[in-house]
Amino acid sequence: MGTLALLLITGLGLGALYFLIAAGLSLIWGLMRVLNLAHGAFFTVASFAAWSATQALPQLSPTLHWWISLAVGALVGGLFAMATEVLLIRPLYVRHVGQVLVTVGLALASIALVQGIYGNDPKQLVLPDWMTGTVAVAGANVPNSRFVAIAVALTVLALLLYFLKRTRYGLIVRAGVENRSMVQALGIDVQRAFTLVFAIGGVAAGLAGVLAGAYYGSIDPVRGSSMLIFAFIVVVIGGLGSVTGSAIAAVLVGMLQQFLNYYGAPGVGDFAVVLLLAAVLLIRPGGLAGKTA
Amino acid sequence: MKARAVALVALIVFGVLPWLGVSAPGVFEQPLDAPGTLNLLALCFVFGALALTYDLVFGYVGLLSFGHALYFATGTYVMAIALARWQWSVPQALALTALVAIVLPLVLGAICLRIRDIPFAMVTLAFAEAGSILVMQNPFGLTGGEDGIALPSGALPAPLVGVANTHNVYWIALAFLAITYALAWWAVNSPPGRVWQAIRENERRVGVLGLNPYLYKLGAFVFSAFLASTAGVVYLLLQGGANPQVATSGFTLTLLVMVVLGGVGTLWGAVLGGIAYEYLDFRLVALANEPTLQALPAVLRIPLSEPLFILGVLFIVLVLFVPGGLGGILRRRRAA
Repeated sequence: MGTLALLLITGLGLGALYFLIAAGLSLIWGLMRVLNLAHGAFFTVASFAAWSATQALPQLSPTLHWWISLAVGALVGGLFAMATEVLLIRPLYVRHVGQVLVTVGLALASIALVQGIYGNDPKQLVLPDWMTGTVAVAGANVPNSRFVAIAVALTVLALLLYFLKRTRYGLIVRAGVENRSMVQALGIDVQRAFTLVFAIGGVAAGLAGVLAGAYYGSIDPVRGSSMLIFAFIVVVIGGLGSVTGSAIAAVLVGMLQQFLNYYGAPGVGDFAVVLLLAAVLLIRPGGLAGKTA
Repeated sequence: MKARAVALVALIVFGVLPWLGVSAPGVFEQPLDAPGTLNLLALCFVFGALALTYDLVFGYVGLLSFGHALYFATGTYVMAIALARWQWSVPQALALTALVAIVLPLVLGAICLRIRDIPFAMVTLAFAEAGSILVMQNPFGLTGGEDGIALPSGALPAPLVGVANTHNVYWIALAFLAITYALAWWAVNSPPGRVWQAIRENERRVGVLGLNPYLYKLGAFVFSAFLASTAGVVYLLLQGGANPQVATSGFTLTLLVMVVLGGVGTLWGAVLGGIAYEYLDFRLVALANEPTLQALPAVLRIPLSEPLFILGVLFIVLVLFVPGGLGGILRRRRAA
């Protein structure tokens, strides 16, 4: 029972991290048809910026350090993403493959730069005791960082849904996902929505970067790339462009991975996720939330 | 016609290179016939050929696959496992590798090609990642995990082993590049090759004309993946072992960089891109250890000592400002 609870909550926590990365990817793809391979770089750069910020600060309470880390991660992720959209994606407006290619270049260059500055060794974020401590759930000691990751992801999901369903810009984004040229033809500036969607994606990825530092106990330059691949899988399984679909798929993928990596051999869970992707594609090529074409 | 003459001259020059005692200071540190230089050149040839196979699917059919490294790694690993773990003879190992190199892309391609464009790219990336995970997990002690596989002495015929025999491997790599080029040229100029290019331009129209684009795409996918696996086998010869680096998704992105560097949709452009990338990568590592560079302030030293940073930035600049790549520049100059 205890193991089951631990696996369930850890799987949910992993799903939360996947969701934070996948939500931005899914929206960016839905609205702009850009496959953003630099999303893992947003994640990595934000986590290292958060680490640097807390290193530069004087000795404060660990709790304050942690909130600062999260805020810096979100801010740097958002700004980096906005800069990417304005400087690199926008000039290639009509060249979709070109847009993918610049994000590839950006991912290679920025991760190499992070490696150059910080080295390849993992770094520890400053964590307060209540983050590293555990809570007994059904006889299992579950690390608190899992609950924090889940709480942050749920908050982001709620805010995103509110933004998409209740605000004017959200309406533009949703309309743009449906039919971008029609929105433009109605005289609405979709470009601003592009920058906004990139910024939202960057903030979420930055949060994920810092939370992953707590989840795994350390940050390193290459984790972003492997997380990104699972986030891609989540996006495709969930249905491209659907935030709710991403949330459901993220939980599914996180759980499957945790349970099989525990009950099977390590790595079996990762493998099974890819098989799940293949199965979904064969049965529903549009993903869970997609229209069956 | 002129291009073919240039290619022939280049082939002859590179073919006799191991006998010429010349050196090219600034370009290569050692004389051109030194084993180190020959090994680097041979690696350049293999990556040129590999970039060429990637250009077949990406440049000629328009399939943005992010999983091409998987097939290269398949060639390297299946061959290495058969030779090192099961002590098979070279022909047996080659036969098994050839079989896997056809069946694997056939199955995966059949699944991936059900969707197109960017989702296709994501799914191929996912499969390549699965391959990478498999290699790293070291199932049944076959792949050696992070350590890779070192070929035991005696696994390969004696003339292909050792520093003294580098020129033999060099010739194999050169011949491989020439054969791959010839096969690719033949393929893109054959009737199916024309359909590939038609699919790239307008897939629906090809369907309306009564041809099945799916089958043609699958054919191109398998053909290119098979050639990539053969490149993997030659790479194994050169390196004397398999390393998990070639299975990573990062390696596929490198291939993409090579092809775009050289010019998408031209065979010789892709070859040029692969050679240029491998050469730059090697030289930039050497540059990072230069004393003059070490003396620079950290702001300049750190970015300049990361080859991938320089290549990544170079790549962004090329995509933004020189859409045709190196091949595009040369072509424009010829047209002018």
